[in-house]
Amino acid sequence: MFELLGIPPQALFGQLLIGLINGSFYALLSLGLTVIFGLLNIINFCHGALYMMGAFVAWLALQHFGLGYWAALFIAPVVVGAFGIVLERTMLRRLYKLDHLYGLLLTFGIALIVEGVFRNEFGASGLPYVIPDSLTGARNLGFMVLPNYRAWVIALSLFVCLATWYVIERTKLGAYLRAATENPTLVQAFGINVPRMITLTYGFGVGLAALAGVLAAPIYQVSPLMGSNLIIVVFAVVVIGGMGSIMGSIVTGFLLGLIEGLTKVFYPEASATVIFVILALVLLWRPQGLFGRRS
Amino acid sequence: MAEPARREQVDAGPARTREIAPEAKGKVMLAVSGLEAWYGESHILHGVDFEVRRGEVVTLLGRNGAGKTTTLKSIMGIVGQRQGSVAFEGTQTIALPSNRIARLGLAFCPEERGIFASLNVEENLILPPVVGAGGMSIETIFTLFPNLKERLSSQGTKLSGGEQQMLAIGRILRTGARLLLLDEPTEGLAPVIIQQIGATIRRLKAEGFTILLVEQNFRFAASLADRHYVMERGRVVDRYESAELARNMDKLHEYLGV
Ligand SMILES: Nc1ncnc2c1ncn2[C@@H]1O[C@H](COP(=O)(O)OP(=O)(O)OP(=O)(O)O)[C@@H](O)[C@H]1O
Ligand SMILES: [Mg+2]
Repeated sequence: MFELLGIPPQALFGQLLIGLINGSFYALLSLGLTVIFGLLNIINFCHGALYMMGAFVAWLALQHFGLGYWAALFIAPVVVGAFGIVLERTMLRRLYKLDHLYGLLLTFGIALIVEGVFRNEFGASGLPYVIPDSLTGARNLGFMVLPNYRAWVIALSLFVCLATWYVIERTKLGAYLRAATENPTLVQAFGINVPRMITLTYGFGVGLAALAGVLAAPIYQVSPLMGSNLIIVVFAVVVIGGMGSIMGSIVTGFLLGLIEGLTKVFYPEASATVIFVILALVLLWRPQGLFGRRS
Repeated sequence: MAEPARREQVDAGPARTREIAPEAKGKVMLAVSGLEAWYGESHILHGVDFEVRRGEVVTLLGRNGAGKTTTLKSIMGIVGQRQGSVAFEGTQTIALPSNRIARLGLAFCPEERGIFASLNVEENLILPPVVGAGGMSIETIFTLFPNLKERLSSQGTKLSGGEQQMLAIGRILRTGARLLLLDEPTEGLAPVIIQQIGATIRRLKAEGFTILLVEQNFRFAASLADRHYVMERGRVVDRYESAELARNMDKLHEYLGV
């Protein structure tokens, strides 16, 4: 078979696939962060911890209640979303009028507490979570072998991201959300219960993180630190994409996953830092991010 | 007539209650009394009193910074803090959140128009939820403001100032709200558009809408309103029925500094 710049195609496509998988998680997580930041004005630093919590809810549901993967895909976002709603109602709500820094500090503290509790309970090493039977195996595409579970992760993540984009950009509900992001006071003065909308939006955003956590469980194992490893990169993705654009956060998520994969093929030494190099360049060239609006 | 005596009383101090003028047409729809409001630490309204009856067009006049916008915002429940009494159709609203107030049938058209940049014209137009029966149909709104119909898919803030004002008024006509609070709808607009907005307000009045209008453009306001209240430093200091205006022009000019 052909080779590209001396790279065998199996290796190239293999890394692109890993890039797409990582990109799926970047996209799901940065999408939630963007929606939350838009409406709540809060940089949700506990997003990674809630992603981890999603994976643990899946694991615990299986261990203690015999509820498998498919059930977990629904249960984890609901449980973690409810936890998020309690956080919003009791704590975050008090910070909206203050500087971003307060929200960042509070959610960072929440992340430390949540991760500490889970580490205390479950130890720092990963717990295995098996791929559901219906998604085991792989198919040979000719140029590469594609494991079914990975194909599923990419497909579901794409679907959820695009469905979220559609709801926000093309429906009446999304129009309320966009309008309230711009001018919550006026939207509320039209008769909309904006505080409730904010609560539900936060629940939805962290629900997305929990969903990503369930998707990740069979790939990365379930561990208390899985979120903090990922979230730093996700924040870089959000800044590169530019806070505020829904499609921007999705596209940037997948794109940076792919770039990371390609870097692993062509210049492996830089694969861990390439996103941060891009971050620095984007900040120099376009501080509002690739898709951000200048404010 | 008892009018001059009553005005004396208002001039003299913060009279909190007011008899109902015998010549008034409808029932009192909005009764504001002793209304105070704050933005953070700044105390802006110091006891505002006035009323609006069903079917009337009433204006709040006053110099820049007199507290006209703040009065409208306080009625809608969107200032920092408020106190006193605002009763709409007999319901006390002073402690309600703004979304509940809107649901009673009030709608607000802000001074800065509040058109949403992330929504197109059509989305802006249908954004405010229906709060009561009998709102205008979209078709009727297009007969009032034909420009909007041609620009439905444009970004809201790409419209001209006049078109944005039409959109800001048009979108609250759909909702079935019966009391419209319009904050300086003619500000910064060309004479021909001011005429169009004047004609619209007349038509709305004929259709039974009640309107509380804030205006700097005194001639515009004079041609529309049944009654005028003059505000100064966070208080209502005077009132004129429209028939009394001509006799009191000198005093008004003094109030408004024109
Ligand atoms: N958000 C705010 N925070 C603090 N003070 C404010 C705020 N908005 C208005 N003010 C002050 O409140 C006072 C009344 O303002 P308001 O906007 O109600 O006046 P206005 O009568 O509508 O004037 P204009 O004719 O210029 O629109 C002014 O002194 C203004 O500086
Ligand atoms: Mg004003």
